[in-house]
Amino acid sequence: MAKLISEGTIELDRGVSVYSCAAAVGKMESDGPLGNCFDYAAEGAELGLTTWEKAESTFQQYAFDIALRKGKLIKEDISFIFAGDLLNQCTGSAYGLRDTDISFIGLYGACSTMAESLAMASLFADMRLGEYFAAVTSSHFCSAERQFRFPINYGGVRPPTAQWTATGAGCCITSVAEKPPYVKRVTIGKITDMGIKDANNMGAAMAGAAYDTIKRHLLATKTTPDDYDVIYTGDLGQVGTDLMCELFRRDGIEIEPKHKDCGLMLYDREKQDVHAGGSGCGCSASVLCGHILPQIAEGKLHKVLFAATGALMSTTIVQQGESIPGISHLVEISDTL
Amino acid sequence: MNISKKEYAQLANRYSAPSKLYITVPKAFAIGGLICCIGQFFTDLYLMIGNDIDTASAYTSITLVLISALLTGFGQYERIAKHAGAGTLVPITGFANAVVSPALEFKTEGYILGTGAKMFIIAGPVIVYGIAAAFVYGIILFIISLFGG
Amino acid sequence: MQYLWAFLVGGALCAIGQLLIDLTKLTPARILVAYVVSGVILGATGLYQPLVDFAGAGASVPLTGFGNLLAKGMRKAIEKDGFLGIFTGGFTACSAGVTAAMIFGLAVSLIFNRTDRTRQE
Repeated sequence: MAKLISEGTIELDRGVSVYSCAAAVGKMESDGPLGNCFDYAAEGAELGLTTWEKAESTFQQYAFDIALRKGKLIKEDISFIFAGDLLNQCTGSAYGLRDTDISFIGLYGACSTMAESLAMASLFADMRLGEYFAAVTSSHFCSAERQFRFPINYGGVRPPTAQWTATGAGCCITSVAEKPPYVKRVTIGKITDMGIKDANNMGAAMAGAAYDTIKRHLLATKTTPDDYDVIYTGDLGQVGTDLMCELFRRDGIEIEPKHKDCGLMLYDREKQDVHAGGSGCGCSASVLCGHILPQIAEGKLHKVLFAATGALMSTTIVQQGESIPGISHLVEISDTL
Repeated sequence: MNISKKEYAQLANRYSAPSKLYITVPKAFAIGGLICCIGQFFTDLYLMIGNDIDTASAYTSITLVLISALLTGFGQYERIAKHAGAGTLVPITGFANAVVSPALEFKTEGYILGTGAKMFIIAGPVIVYGIAAAFVYGIILFIISLFGG
Repeated sequence: MQYLWAFLVGGALCAIGQLLIDLTKLTPARILVAYVVSGVILGATGLYQPLVDFAGAGASVPLTGFGNLLAKGMRKAIEKDGFLGIFTGGFTACSAGVTAAMIFGLAVSLIFNRTDRTRQE
C-alpha cells in the first residue's frame, strides 16, 4: 500500500509498473536527435485535419491506441484515464478521448501533466482500483501558438529565451505487473512563484519549482544525485536548466553531471530554430514514452528521476501583470523492485 | 527557497542570453531598407504614369499591402520575418501581415466570429492610437484656427 | 540616389525598431503603436515631411510615415470641413492602406489555407 514518507512524497511498494507506453510526434520532433525512437511520427502537424485542435486530439488518440496495442490490451481493460493538455478547458484530452467510454479524470498541470498523470495512474494502480490505468497528455505547436501567442503566419519576433511547443503526445499504461520499469516513488510539487513575469521566459519561471521538487525528493529519500543514472526535467530549456543547476549549487549539490532536460533533448538546437529548447506537455511526454521508459525496460538505465515542469499561467493573467507560478511533479522510475 | 525573488530575477537575467545585436540589427536594417526601396520603385512607377506624389504614395501602400498579403497567404512572410525582425515589422507590410495572418488563422472559427472579429487582434491598437493621436492634433489645430484664423 | 536614401532612412527606422525589441521588454504591438503615434507627433510638428521629401519611400513606407499621413490628412480635413474634419481627417488619410489590408486579408482567408509552420523549420 502506498504510504506518505515525507511531505508530498509517496512510496509505492506493490510493484506498480509502466506496463506499456507510446509516443506520437510531429515532423520536427522526428527530425530531432531522438527521431527514430517514437512509435508514430507524422509527416507534418496537421494530420490531414481541418483544425490544429483536432490534430492535437488525434495525436493523443494515437498515443493511447498504440500504447494499448503494444500492451496487447483493449480499451475495456483500462479502468481510469488521467489526461490533460494545454488547450483551454483541457479540450485536447476531452475530444481526443471522448470515444473511449472509460472513466476519465481531466488534469491540468500545464507542461508537468505527464508526471502528474503518471503519478495518479500509478497511485490508482497501487490502490488496486482496477487493473490497468492510462496517463495521457499532448501538446501541439500550432494550437498552442494561436491560443497563447500569435497566428501561425504572423511574423512576430521570438526572443532567444522563448521555447518551442512540441507537437506530440505520450501515453503510459500502469498496472501491478512483474515487469520493469517500476514506479517507485512520486513527489507531488508545490506551486512555486519565482516572480518571473516574462511569458517568453518560461524556463526561468519553472526552474524554481523543479529545484524545490527534486530537492524535497532527495531529502525525503535520503539520496543524492549520484544515486541516480539521470535526473530528467520536463522542459526547462537552456535558461531554466542553467538556473536550476545554479540553485542546487548554492546548496552545495552538483546536479549538472546527472541532469538532462527533455526540452534540450528533443530538438537539435543548432539546426532547428527552437531558441531555448522545446516545451509543452508533449515534449516531456514524448521523451519519457519514446526514450526514457524503453531505455529502462531494456536495462540501459536503472534508476531515474523524471520531474516534468509546468507554468501555471494564462494569457489573461500575464497581461494583467501577474508573475508566472511554476510547478513540478516528480516520478522515480527504476528497473528493479 | 534558498534565494530571494530579487536575486533570482538578477540571476535569470544573467542566464537569459540576449539577442545578438550584431546580427539582428544589420539584418533588420538591410531587409527593412530593401522593402523601402521596393516601395520607392513602385512610387517612381506610379509617378511616371502621371500621378501626383500623394496618389503615387497611396498606390504604393496598396501595392505593398497586396504583396505582403500574398506572402502571408503562401506562408512566406513569417519565414522572412524570422530573419528580418523589425525589418518586416515596421514597414507597412508588417501592418498588412498583422491584419492578414489572424484573418487566415481564425477562419476555422467562422468568417464572422473568426476572420471578421479577430482580423484586428494585433493591428487594432495601431489604428486606435494612430487615430486618437491624430484626433488630439485635430482639436489643437481647430482651436488654433479659431483664434489664429 | 533616391534609392540610396530610401534604403538608408528606411533601414535606419527598422534598425531602431530592432534595438527597441532587443534591448527593452517592449512587445512588437507596443513598438508599432509607438511608431504610429511618433509619426503623428512628428508630422504635426512639421518635422517628418522634410524627411519624406528627402528619403521618399524610405520615410513613407515605415509606420511612422503612416502616422505622418494621419497628421497630414487631419490638417487637410480641418482646412476643408472645419470642426467635422477632426472626426473625418484621420480615417480619410489612412483609408487606402487600411481598406487594402482589410480586403486583401479577407481575400487571402477565402483563397488560402493555413500553413503548417512545423514543416518549415
